[in-house]
Amino acid sequence: MTEPTNRRDALKCLGVGAGTLFTLQGGVFSAFDLAEAREDMGTPLFLQISDTHIGFNKDANPDVVGTLNRTIDMVNAMPKQPGLVLHTGDVSHLSKASEFDTANQLLSRLRVSEMHVVPGEHDVTDGPGTEFFARFGKPSNNRGYYSFDAHGVHFVALVNVMNFKPNGLGGLGDDQMAWLKDDLAGRSASQPIVVFAHMPLWTIYEPWGWGTGEGEEIAGLLRRFGSVTVLNGHIHQIVQKVEGNILFHTARSTAYPQPQAGNGPGPGPLVVPAAQLPGMLGVSTAVVRKKKLSLTDAALA
Amino acid sequence: MKYGILAFVLLVTPLAAPAAHAADAMVVLKNFDFSPMDVTVSPGSTVTWKNMDGEPHTVASADGLFRSPALDQNDTYQFKFDKPGVYKYICSIHPKMRATITVK
Repeated sequence: MTEPTNRRDALKCLGVGAGTLFTLQGGVFSAFDLAEAREDMGTPLFLQISDTHIGFNKDANPDVVGTLNRTIDMVNAMPKQPGLVLHTGDVSHLSKASEFDTANQLLSRLRVSEMHVVPGEHDVTDGPGTEFFARFGKPSNNRGYYSFDAHGVHFVALVNVMNFKPNGLGGLGDDQMAWLKDDLAGRSASQPIVVFAHMPLWTIYEPWGWGTGEGEEIAGLLRRFGSVTVLNGHIHQIVQKVEGNILFHTARSTAYPQPQAGNGPGPGPLVVPAAQLPGMLGVSTAVVRKKKLSLTDAALA
Repeated sequence: MKYGILAFVLLVTPLAAPAAHAADAMVVLKNFDFSPMDVTVSPGSTVTWKNMDGEPHTVASADGLFRSPALDQNDTYQFKFDKPGVYKYICSIHPKMRATITVK
């Protein structure tokens, strides 16, 4: 165990605020302090960045470029760089070409060269096959959903923002569900799985559409695997759930916070005092340590 | 008498113009709702939507007849309805937001 004094020092060195690390092994779930986790962290497997919302300029954060830059500086200052970056969508605020161009220019400053991106609903308001896909559509042949293997982990990128359910929940649609079943079939249950999509893949709050229509069916396909991590953004705050061997995790935004479920008329930008904002923005990183996948959330302050 | 008629025409014409536009309608998008949710206009009328929320919304008809780009706060979108009918539409970003334009 690390002494509290050392923990504080370590946090000061990292230049980040309080973070929590979650470890999952054989369905047992435990939390560690971020400072302890750093001691034998090894090389992070990936970084999750989400909801950069380039183009947003309202009161909740008039400088989303500035906060993304600070996020990138924080990541670049990590002693060991992650192997790859997962962007869980809402790269842009209004699907504009100029917003995507600015985002790409900023994100290219990351020392991590491999980035995988799924669209958020803000990225595809102009429909399929346009600005988002012109930039990020290549690995999926413009479908948006695809899978790949890296460092022994099977990664699955899903799109749940282009087939909304009538009740407002996200949806994959029949073609993508059939593809997912096929992609996971015959895969060894011992291979760690990371699934990432923009909207939550489990229902957090149905009145605001915070969930995915096929969520139960997707969880059913994942249950037989020994280690599953399901990542999303969309709700601009950390919410986690563990179900058997599946860890569900939503990341913070780098742009602005949103209210907690049901607090107010809808899931719009939340205006907070300027001093509080950096503590509500940030990224998540994951490490594989002794075959365990661990997630760490770091805030800008 | 002649001048009297002329004066009458001059007076009535400017009043008649706004009367023709009175069929046009305005819908605001506020607190994740369209308001009013049901609007009835006559053929040839233009409907204007204005987003008052800090969150972007769109105006997208169920049959694909009209679809706005993402509307930021205070952005507007207009569509002219020529044919009678009942046009259902949603916000494609928040599909629980539903409303109807009736043209008759």
